[in-house]
Amino acid sequence: MDISFKNVNYTYQPNTPFEHRALTNLSFDIPSGSFVAVVGHTGSGKSTLIQHLNGLLRPTEGEVRIGDFKLTANGKPKGIKNLRKHVGVVFQYPEHQLFDETIKKDISFGPSNFGVSDHEIEKRIPKVMEAVQLSTDMLERSPFDLSGGQMRRVAIAGVLAMDPSVLVLDEPTAGLDPKGQKQMMDMFYQLHHEKKLTTILVTHSMEDALRYADHVIIMDHGTKYMEGVPSEVFTQKEKLQAVQLDLPEIIQFLRKIEEKFDISLPYKGQTIPELAAELTLLMRVGDEHG
Amino acid sequence: MGNSILIGQYVPSNSFIHRLDPRTKIMVIFFFVIFVFFANSVPSYAWLTTFAIGTALATKIKLSFIMKGLTPVWFLIIFTFLLHLIVTKEGDVLFEVFSFSVYTGAIKQGIAISFRFFLLILVTSLLTLTTTPIEITDAIESLLRPLKKIKFPVHELALMMSISLRFIPTLMQETEKISKAQASRGVDFRTGPLKDRIQAVVPLLVPLFVSAFKRAEELAMAMEARGYQGGEGRTKLRELKIEKIDIISFIIFALVIIILFFLRS
Repeated sequence: MDISFKNVNYTYQPNTPFEHRALTNLSFDIPSGSFVAVVGHTGSGKSTLIQHLNGLLRPTEGEVRIGDFKLTANGKPKGIKNLRKHVGVVFQYPEHQLFDETIKKDISFGPSNFGVSDHEIEKRIPKVMEAVQLSTDMLERSPFDLSGGQMRRVAIAGVLAMDPSVLVLDEPTAGLDPKGQKQMMDMFYQLHHEKKLTTILVTHSMEDALRYADHVIIMDHGTKYMEGVPSEVFTQKEKLQAVQLDLPEIIQFLRKIEEKFDISLPYKGQTIPELAAELTLLMRVGDEHG
Repeated sequence: MGNSILIGQYVPSNSFIHRLDPRTKIMVIFFFVIFVFFANSVPSYAWLTTFAIGTALATKIKLSFIMKGLTPVWFLIIFTFLLHLIVTKEGDVLFEVFSFSVYTGAIKQGIAISFRFFLLILVTSLLTLTTTPIEITDAIESLLRPLKKIKFPVHELALMMSISLRFIPTLMQETEKISKAQASRGVDFRTGPLKDRIQAVVPLLVPLFVSAFKRAEELAMAMEARGYQGGEGRTKLRELKIEKIDIISFIIFALVIIILFFLRS
């Protein structure tokens, strides 16, 4: 589903002393099937933004379109449940939303709310368990007996079981160890690829945004600060530093090499091993000339 | 969540009412609540209203905001008024509606009682509007200190109060967060038959209880790790002190009450 924001404003608790403007004149388009990273400092409006994607919040002004759904300031939108069926949201620390006696029941909770038949749910469960890399032997256990990382996987499986066409991820790797973080991000990327899921990732990690996304939106104080292809956005050091964001490590590294050896090494999506090979080659050439 | 409810909310500002010692505020309100019942004439009510509105203005919080926050209470005030119209049968018959007589005494009584109600709620909500929960518990601990002599656990009570007050916003946030997560999984808290809506609360309550217990355990552990052993010998970061401004406030309030007695009929 295509997503578009048109001049969206959002104000929390309007007309009180606690009035707080979270989004200001925000416009962007997300084509169906893309992987978009939303990056920004704490309080830049990222979480407010994603709550508009499944109608938890409605814009105070402006218009949000998700496929055929339209959210505006006035008028209760019809078929909001249908919208939520298509937009799966994995909130920060999703393990806090687990409640049922067994993992199986908890995973079935979402789809059965949306009227998916028991038969269909039975078919989906092994698939989503496989997607989150959990063994189906665990299905009858209580979700509260699991480790934190496993609980998160169960919660994510619960969202995937709804079979959404848009997947919204709010810092899905917060609080995991580095290995777990990488596994989880690779898992989301694979899902994005296989199922053509439109994926929206809110993250603090420039590395993840650079590695996985094909489009980045940088937020600052409730407005869109920058937008574009990651390799272009993440090479503008001064502009990023103005909003207290760092360059991804790999680009920082390239910059350092450029400064030190006075050579030009443009970033074109290399992974670290590819970069290492490229550098070895350059050094050999350098040796031969020297 | 609960945007329209004002009761118990603190609005930060730097007015002199905010800066008063919380004990002064609690004592003044305590006596105000008593003396409201002494008002019995139009001038005496007008006088107390002037005092209450004056104090509200002195907090520098917008009056319209305070009044809007009292909306849920307006219903109660109007209800009290109507109840008096029906029940009281004093004075002359003023008019009749559907063979039901309304007496002049009833109107007077109704207005007086609902006004009293309004004043009580306005003044008491000014306390929570201008005083942080921590200040209120400190003040209560200090005011109840004499009860220690009869082995009443004043410190423990104050600690329990401040912990519960401290966790109200946290729990509210948590509730909002979890209800949003479950709403995203298709739970509908607002529509549908009552039975479904009651069932919809389970996915909300279970995670809330789980996290509340976890939090309680963590808090207990953190307190013990920092050597907490109860009130004995504990010092305070912010000592409550009665300043000149508090004494002046007391004198003004005493004058208000003396004038009130002259205005009684």
